[in-house]
Amino acid sequence: MKSLPVKNLIRKPGRTAALMLLTAFLALAVFGGSLVVLSLRQGLNSLEARLGADIIVVPSEAQSKVSFQNMFLQGTTGAFYMDAENLKRVREIEGVEKAAPQIFLASLKADCCSVKIQVIGFDPQADFTVQPWIAQSYARELGEMDVVVGCKVEAGVGEILRIYDQRCKVVGRLAATGTGLDTAVYCNLDTIRLLLQAAEEKGVSHKVTSDSAADQVSAIYVKVKVGYDVGRVNTAIQGHTRKASAVRTRSMITDVSDSLAGISRTVTGLIGAVWVLAFLILLIAFAMIIRERRREFAVLRLAGMSRRMLSGLILRETALCSLLGGVLGVCAAALLAFPFATLIETALGLPYLTPDLRTVALLAAAAVAAAGIVGSLASAGAAWRLSRVDPGTILREGA
Amino acid sequence: MLKAENVGKMYFRKSGQANYFYPVRDVSLTLTPGAVTVLTGRSGSGKTTLLHLLAGLLTPSEGKVYWDGTDLYSLPDAALSRLRNEKIGVIPQGRSAVDTLTVLENVQLPAALYRRRMPDAAPWLASLGIGHLAQARPAELSGGELRRVAIARALASEPEVILADEPTGDLDDENTERVLRIFRQAAQAGKAVFLVTHELDALRYADFAYRMENGCMTPCETQMK
Ligand SMILES: Nc1ncnc2c1ncn2[C@@H]1O[C@H](COP(=O)(O)OP(=O)(O)OP(=O)(O)O)[C@@H](O)[C@H]1O
Ligand SMILES: [Mg+2]
Repeated sequence: MKSLPVKNLIRKPGRTAALMLLTAFLALAVFGGSLVVLSLRQGLNSLEARLGADIIVVPSEAQSKVSFQNMFLQGTTGAFYMDAENLKRVREIEGVEKAAPQIFLASLKADCCSVKIQVIGFDPQADFTVQPWIAQSYARELGEMDVVVGCKVEAGVGEILRIYDQRCKVVGRLAATGTGLDTAVYCNLDTIRLLLQAAEEKGVSHKVTSDSAADQVSAIYVKVKVGYDVGRVNTAIQGHTRKASAVRTRSMITDVSDSLAGISRTVTGLIGAVWVLAFLILLIAFAMIIRERRREFAVLRLAGMSRRMLSGLILRETALCSLLGGVLGVCAAALLAFPFATLIETALGLPYLTPDLRTVALLAAAAVAAAGIVGSLASAGAAWRLSRVDPGTILREGA
Repeated sequence: MLKAENVGKMYFRKSGQANYFYPVRDVSLTLTPGAVTVLTGRSGSGKTTLLHLLAGLLTPSEGKVYWDGTDLYSLPDAALSRLRNEKIGVIPQGRSAVDTLTVLENVQLPAALYRRRMPDAAPWLASLGIGHLAQARPAELSGGELRRVAIARALASEPEVILADEPTGDLDDENTERVLRIFRQAAQAGKAVFLVTHELDALRYADFAYRMENGCMTPCETQMK
C-alpha cells in the first residue's frame, strides 16, 4: 500500500507539522551555518587574490591607524599619502621584481551613491594586481575619466558618475569580491590626479607631502623576485623608505584568517550542538509517537503486514516527513541568509562572498539529505524495538 | 485447516506468589471448515491469549499451531504474515481501526497490503448495517460501529478461517443477532469460524463449544437447535 504513509502524514497534520518543524530546525542550522562559514572562506580567498602582492608599502600613519586594512575588509574609505620618491627607492631594492603605485581618494557622498566611495587610481604600465581583474569585465585600456566600478556601486555601464563635480564615465563593473573593494571605483593615475585637484579646489584638504599631486602615492604593491626571501625584502624596504611601512600581505591575511578560524569554530560548534540536540529531540519524539501508535501498528500486522513491511512503512513515513522538513529548513535558511548577507558581513567585519549557485545547491541537497537520514535513524530504533514484540501482546494492552 | 497441539503460553510475573504464570495451558483444538466453534469463559481465563496463539500473533511457549500441516511459528515472518493476510481473518478485542483510513479503506486494507483485487466491501457494510458510513473516519464512529467495521474487514477478504474475539461485545441485541447470523452463513460457505464470547446466545449457533477455565479448555454443551 504505497499511499498509506502519505495518508498517515496528511490525515494527522498536527503530528506531521511538529516533526517537520523539528527536522526543519536541523536543516536550517546545517545549511545556514555552513553557508556562512563557506562564504567567509570564499571571501578570504578573494581577498587574497585581490591583494595579489607580496608586500604592500603604505604611509606609516595608515599602518598605525589600520585604515588600510579596514579599507579592504569593511570598505571604509582611506586617504593617505606619501612621497612618490618612495616608489623609486623601492624599485632600486634588490629582490623587487615589480612595484606598482596606487593613489587613493575618498569621495564625498557622491550624487550617485548613498555612501562615500573609495577611488583608487593605478598605473596601467606598472600594475599587476588590478588589471587582470578589471580585464574580466572591461578588456580595453582605461581612458581619461573612464572608471570601472565595484559591484556595490550603484552605477551602470555607460552612466556618468560625478565625483567632486567631475564627470566620470563608467565603462565596466567588477565581479563581487566580498571585500571592501566592492564599493571602490578604479581609474588610471591621470584621472585620479585630476580628481585630487578637483577635491583640493572644493576645499577638501588631502595631506599632500609635496606641492605637486604628481609626487605622491598612497600605496605601493610589491612583487618579490622568485628566489628572494619576502621577509628580507620587506626589511630592506622598511629601511630604505621614508615615513612608510611595508606590510607583508601574508600577515594581513593571517589576521583575517585567524578571526575567520575563530568564527568558523564557533559556528561549527553551534551546528554541532544543534545537531546533537535536534537528534536527541527527534529520537525522543519518534520513540513517543511510535509508542503511541503501537496499537495501530499491531492492527496492521494483524491485517497481514510483515515486520519488514511495517518497518518500511515507518521509515517511509519519517523519511518523507523529515525530507519535507529539511526542504522547509533550507528554504528558511536561504530566506534569512541571502537578504542578510550584507548585515552578516558588516557584523563580522570580514570578507563575505556567497559561493556560486552550484555549491549552494549542493550544500542545500546535503542539508536536506542529512535531515532525512537523521530523521530516519531516529525512528529506525523505535521501529526495531516495536518489531521485537509480538503483535498479540500489543493488542492485549489497553484493549 | 488450523490446528493447535498442546499449545501453552507462559509469562514471567514480577509480582504474585509464583514467578511464572500460564494464561493458556496444554490446549489442543482443531478448527473444522464449515463449522462454528464457540469458546466461552470468565474474564481473564485466557481466551484472548489462545486466539492470538491461533492467529499467529503470539509465539507459544509450548506446543505447536499448524496450518495444513506446516508449523505456523516455524515460518519466516514474511510467509506467516502473508498466510495470515490471505487465510486468517482476525477480529481482535477492542478498537482496531486504523485512524488515518476511512471505513472503506479499513475494510479493504488486507487486500491493499498485497495489492490484491479490492473486494467489494459495500454488501458487507450494508449487511452489518453500516453501509452509510463507508466514507467516514473511525474517529467519528461509535464503539459498536467500529466493532462491525472490524468484522467487515475480517470477512470481506474471504479468509478460510475467522477468529473473532468478542465480536458482539458492544452490540445491541438486534445487531448481535445479525452478526451471529453472518458468522453462521460464513461457516455454511465453508469457512472455519472461531468465536470467543460471553454471549450465551452464541451457543445456539455453535457446532462445537468449549469453556475456558484458568487456561485450560474443556468441551461443553452447544445449544444448537
Ligand atoms: N503479556 C502478559 N503478561 C502477563 N500476564 C498476561 C499477559 N497477557 C495476558 N496475561 C494474563 O493472562 C490472563 C488471560 O488473559 P486474556 O486476555 O487471555 O483473558 P481473557 O480470557 O481474554 O479475558 P477477557 O474476557 O477479560 O478478555 C490474564 O490474567 C492476564 O493477566
Ligand atoms: Mg479477552
